[in-house]
Amino acid sequence: MGSATRNISFRIYLDSLGARTMKVIDRLGAVAIFFAFAFLKIFRRRQIGEIIQQVFYIGAKSSNIVMLVALFTGMVLGLQLFYTLIKFGSEGVLGSVVALTLIRELGPVLTAIMITARAGSAMTAEIGVLRISEQIDALYTMRIDPLRFLISPRIAASLISFPLLTAFFDLVGIIGGYLTGVLLLGVNRGAYFYRIHSYVDMTDIRGGFIKSLVFAVIVSVTCCYMGYFTHLRTDAYGAKSVSLSTTSAVVVSCVMILVSDYVVTSFLM
Amino acid sequence: MDTPLIEFRDVTKRFDEKIVLDKASLSIYENQITTIIGKSGSGKSVLLKHIIGLLSPDEGDILFRGKPVNKMKRSEWDGYRSKISYMFQNNALFDSMSVFENIALPLRQTTDLSKKKIESMVMSRSEQMDLSDALNKYPAELSGGMQKRVALARALVTDPAIVLFDEPTTGQDPIRKNIILSMVAHYRKQFGFTAVLISHDIPDVFFISDRILLLWEGKIAFHGTYEELSRLKHPMIDEFLQSIEGLRDELTGLLSKEMFRSRYSQTLGGGSADNVITAILFRVHFERLSEALGHQAAIEVVKALGEYVHKYFGPLGGFSARHSRGRVFTILPRIGAEEAGLLMLEMAKGLQSNALPEIQASAGRRIGVEACFEISVSAGITEGGPDDDIELLIERAEENQKIIARYQCGKEDGSQ
Repeated sequence: MGSATRNISFRIYLDSLGARTMKVIDRLGAVAIFFAFAFLKIFRRRQIGEIIQQVFYIGAKSSNIVMLVALFTGMVLGLQLFYTLIKFGSEGVLGSVVALTLIRELGPVLTAIMITARAGSAMTAEIGVLRISEQIDALYTMRIDPLRFLISPRIAASLISFPLLTAFFDLVGIIGGYLTGVLLLGVNRGAYFYRIHSYVDMTDIRGGFIKSLVFAVIVSVTCCYMGYFTHLRTDAYGAKSVSLSTTSAVVVSCVMILVSDYVVTSFLM
Repeated sequence: MDTPLIEFRDVTKRFDEKIVLDKASLSIYENQITTIIGKSGSGKSVLLKHIIGLLSPDEGDILFRGKPVNKMKRSEWDGYRSKISYMFQNNALFDSMSVFENIALPLRQTTDLSKKKIESMVMSRSEQMDLSDALNKYPAELSGGMQKRVALARALVTDPAIVLFDEPTTGQDPIRKNIILSMVAHYRKQFGFTAVLISHDIPDVFFISDRILLLWEGKIAFHGTYEELSRLKHPMIDEFLQSIEGLRDELTGLLSKEMFRSRYSQTLGGGSADNVITAILFRVHFERLSEALGHQAAIEVVKALGEYVHKYFGPLGGFSARHSRGRVFTILPRIGAEEAGLLMLEMAKGLQSNALPEIQASAGRRIGVEACFEISVSAGITEGGPDDDIELLIERAEENQKIIARYQCGKEDGSQ
């Protein structure tokens, strides 16, 4: 292969890479504008009722599954950490290790992933169906701003529900660790709670809540955006496009939760 | 003519490479029903969506009372939008909301009216649309016709000045189609809005339209009244009307207009001097009927008239077509006016003694036995020859109209 041909191939590769990068930047810009407008419209009139309704769907209705997952996560942590710590003769610090793991990392991350699976997918599917059945156009024709009516309450409800459910997750997870560590494996009950009290401080709790707020924005905006613009997909139309959008929303949200978790953690440390 | 309420000037709209509107220019006048016809996929809905701002033109201007909408200030644009309602082809009702919530939604979200006032407005519209029993149901629990009525109620609840109807009759049976079109005409008169309608429901939609626009290959190929359209001999219009019009009129089962013309030419094709014919134009007094009995009963009278006309004159070689919303035109070949008059009286007796009392009874059950209303059918006879034009015969028959069957307050009265 001559150098001229190699140069042309390299230029084509660069062109395609540049085009793809521009597309990603373009999409990120669109998502940012979408979020900014929807966030500002949270503070408009007639939003309280819609927000309360969405807190019920996103928060209250997800609480059972979140707490069930929290309980077993805490129980598994209690088991695993007990057998690890006992090798070093440090099983007395079990309470603090379980609590810090949950409050700093697992609580916000697993809560966000559970809400994505339960409520995020429903958001995308519902908004996607509204889009393909022209109900969003109908809102526009009735002079009802679809962003204000559909998206803003979901973002607000996520910002309220994620930290609350994360708090529940942390609490139930600590109780799960207590069940296995104290009741099953015989760690001292007083030591379990004393270590939590000694080692967990407000910085850890604040960090967990900051993460849960970041995840709330990521999940709600990703899921709403995917549903809202489901009609612009070029790979499928109608019901198929809603199904693909829902799958994409869940996958992208989960990946973004883990990526942003690393970024936020590195800033908090 | 007055300044148009809405005007399109050389509006072009492309989707990728496809040109859907190609320098389309049109005018929509206040307090009129303007019907847009055209082949499926010709861009009729795209045109309608431009009016309300769901789509914007790539080129050209849309004017509201002479002012380009794209140059309006935000408050003017909001004011313009507040005057318009849109009824979607698939109704676009919110599945998760009850009928009441669907109708109340625009009032709750865009006005500061009290809860009580909103409730009374919704109840009032629901009663007018015969939806009072369905208010707590969800759209999925309703029939297609009822869903249309809910969509219509939602479109009208804000008292709009302009209502855009995107194929309101699609998927409905012939009687239901006529009821919806009658409702549009009736409510237009009652509430005084300007209606823009897309419909394939020919000929019925013509009978309620003040102006017709034909969208053909992205351009407005015709605009004018139904009479102008039917008089205009243009291959494109003929092709369109023939492609969309069936062999039979869906509502009455009589011949379609095109088939009627073709049969008329064949019957008189010999051109012999003894080819005498008699034409009878029957007319149901529609407006009074609609007001008294409701749209469905009015449509039933037209249907019954069509059936009786066909039953009596069909075996004698007669053929008929619906000429307008409440008019049926019959040709009796080789029968003179005197003999045709006797036949018509016999038919009128059957119509009066069977069909009208039946309709009166069913309508009476709905509106109360004490209600006093009148159903009347008139007819005009004229004799013609092989050289007479159909329109001329219709004009002459129209002039000779006399009441042949009447039902008033439960009392038969056949005046001849």
